[in-house]
Amino acid sequence: MADQLAQLPDKATLQLIDIRKSYGSGTAHETEVLHGIDLTLARGEFAALIGPSGSGKSTLLNIIGLLDKPSSGKLFLTGQEAENLPDKLLTRLRGDAIGFVFQFHNLLPAFTAVENVMLPLLAMRGRPDAEMRHRAEALIDKVGLTPWGHHLANDLSGGQQQRVAIARSLVMQPALVLADEPTGNLDTQSADNIFDLMRSVSSTLGTTFLIVTHDPRLAKRCDRIVELVDGRIDSDKPNDATHSGREQ
Amino acid sequence: MNSLLPFEWVLATRFLREGLLQTLFIVLGVALGVSVIVFMSALLTGLQGSIFKTLLDFQAQIVISPPDQAPRALRSGDGAELATLAQPSAQRPALLDQWQKVRDTTLGIPGVLVVAPVIEGSAFIVRGAANTGVGLRGIEPESYLRLIALEEKITAGSAALGSGDVLIGRQLAEDLGVQLGDKLTLRSATGTSIVLFVSGIFDFGNQGQNTSVYVALRTAQSLVGLPGGVSSLQIRVAVPFEAETQARQIETQPGIKVESWIETNAEFFRALSGQTMSFFVIRVFVGLTAALGIASVLVVSVVQKSKEIGILRATGTTRGQILGVFLLQGAILGLLGSLFGSFMGWMFLTAWRSFAVNDQGVPFFDLEAGPSLYLTVALGATVVGTLSALFPAQRAARLDPAVAIRG
Repeated sequence: MADQLAQLPDKATLQLIDIRKSYGSGTAHETEVLHGIDLTLARGEFAALIGPSGSGKSTLLNIIGLLDKPSSGKLFLTGQEAENLPDKLLTRLRGDAIGFVFQFHNLLPAFTAVENVMLPLLAMRGRPDAEMRHRAEALIDKVGLTPWGHHLANDLSGGQQQRVAIARSLVMQPALVLADEPTGNLDTQSADNIFDLMRSVSSTLGTTFLIVTHDPRLAKRCDRIVELVDGRIDSDKPNDATHSGREQ
Repeated sequence: MNSLLPFEWVLATRFLREGLLQTLFIVLGVALGVSVIVFMSALLTGLQGSIFKTLLDFQAQIVISPPDQAPRALRSGDGAELATLAQPSAQRPALLDQWQKVRDTTLGIPGVLVVAPVIEGSAFIVRGAANTGVGLRGIEPESYLRLIALEEKITAGSAALGSGDVLIGRQLAEDLGVQLGDKLTLRSATGTSIVLFVSGIFDFGNQGQNTSVYVALRTAQSLVGLPGGVSSLQIRVAVPFEAETQARQIETQPGIKVESWIETNAEFFRALSGQTMSFFVIRVFVGLTAALGIASVLVVSVVQKSKEIGILRATGTTRGQILGVFLLQGAILGLLGSLFGSFMGWMFLTAWRSFAVNDQGVPFFDLEAGPSLYLTVALGATVVGTLSALFPAQRAARLDPAVAIRG
């Protein structure tokens, strides 16, 4: 399935062509941290991005998440080129097409779990409405937090907070979810649960996931592993262990 | 979340409630400033109002009098000066030429309400062995009582003057041992004397005024030996602060001198504008203090919430929306502070009203604190709050979400 979509790159969820990023450009200390990244993620793909610290993972993730701009190269998100969009449209595209799950500080502590899930919709529509509340409650239910839906975010455990974050990342029905060390500060049991949750969302909703992780155990459970070393894609291969199972 | 309230409002109120202690302290700070402004405004308006009332109630707003008698240098037939020094002559009690004509013309000027002829002179009151010099004022009650609130100051009898009546000041009445209905003899410098009945006693609360007497115009004219003459025309206009306009129009008539109360009280007006100016300066500084307080609280809040702002920006909140959230917080702090401060100011005023009273329990002066004062203050504080939030809000809106999230 992934291979079929790769032949139609304009239909890909994400396509990066020769993305480069350098800091301090124009000065004597100009350093390039990404040296021409080509990467395509098809719809419904569940990929891991791994690599040592300083390999440029975060920079690449910020560029894919439209939080940072590449120095050169092209980025297509669901077929739309993101270059030269004014900030407001870029923000809207980001809100629409991308869901974020971060390692820390994911939620707004003054809001309940359900409200946190509603926030992206609220920012988009301007005013709260019943439909967005139902949608948020359904997602809270999907991540198994219905009993805690009306607790303030601060009163939830780390694993519960990550579940809320996943629910929030899905509320706009994005094409792509970017998860930056989503299980980094969780115990093994919670980490497994969170991972399973993302997997099931991916397969039921067809959402593309790109998961940055240090944890080789988690990476091995993804369909595809992209390894970044020194700002270059060192290896990009299907994970045979899961892939063969899914293909048949 | 109420479905009527926009995103910015939901976030602004939630953030303010989250930092409840900060919010309460800054609201209290703004409230104190606002209460000072409310209290001082009411005090100043009330004080100035009562001074004006006293001035305007007991003083004509425009006075027409005969021109000053200026000495002329002695000249020969061909115009050469014979004496270079001219000594000013003593001013004789001068009369206004053709005052009826001047009065009728003046009454025709728009804005002029009352023109009252008055003759002023001096006389002695003779009663038994006592002999006191007093200021004599001859008036036409029908016009004069519409000019000056004399009736308000009558403590016994009435202000209606007949030709055989006299109104005297309370102090004078006490000194002479005179009561309502008693007889008095008034004698002028020229020797004429008239016996009059005390028909009223007045009290201006002011020694100088209390040693004068009022008699009917004709009575005064015959007493000072100037039948038909008046020494001034006293005028009341519709808008006291525009008295100068009418004064200049009246002045176009020949042979008269016109002075408005604004000229007469120039010194007082200067003092008043000084007072207003110093109050303005105080108000500006109080406003600045409140603004800086709000700004500093919000700057701290932006730093505290930078990660949350980053999350919001990453999940589709625009810069404009973030700007709105923080501007709204400033506006809410200003409004809350002004509401609370108005209440505090109102309490100060109520307390003041019950403490700052004279022996009879009457306040020294009215404090003017109408709804418009509170409304102005509330609006002002909200605007100041919004403006002081501008810098922190811009900082929040400019935060780079990628940097903010990583911390």
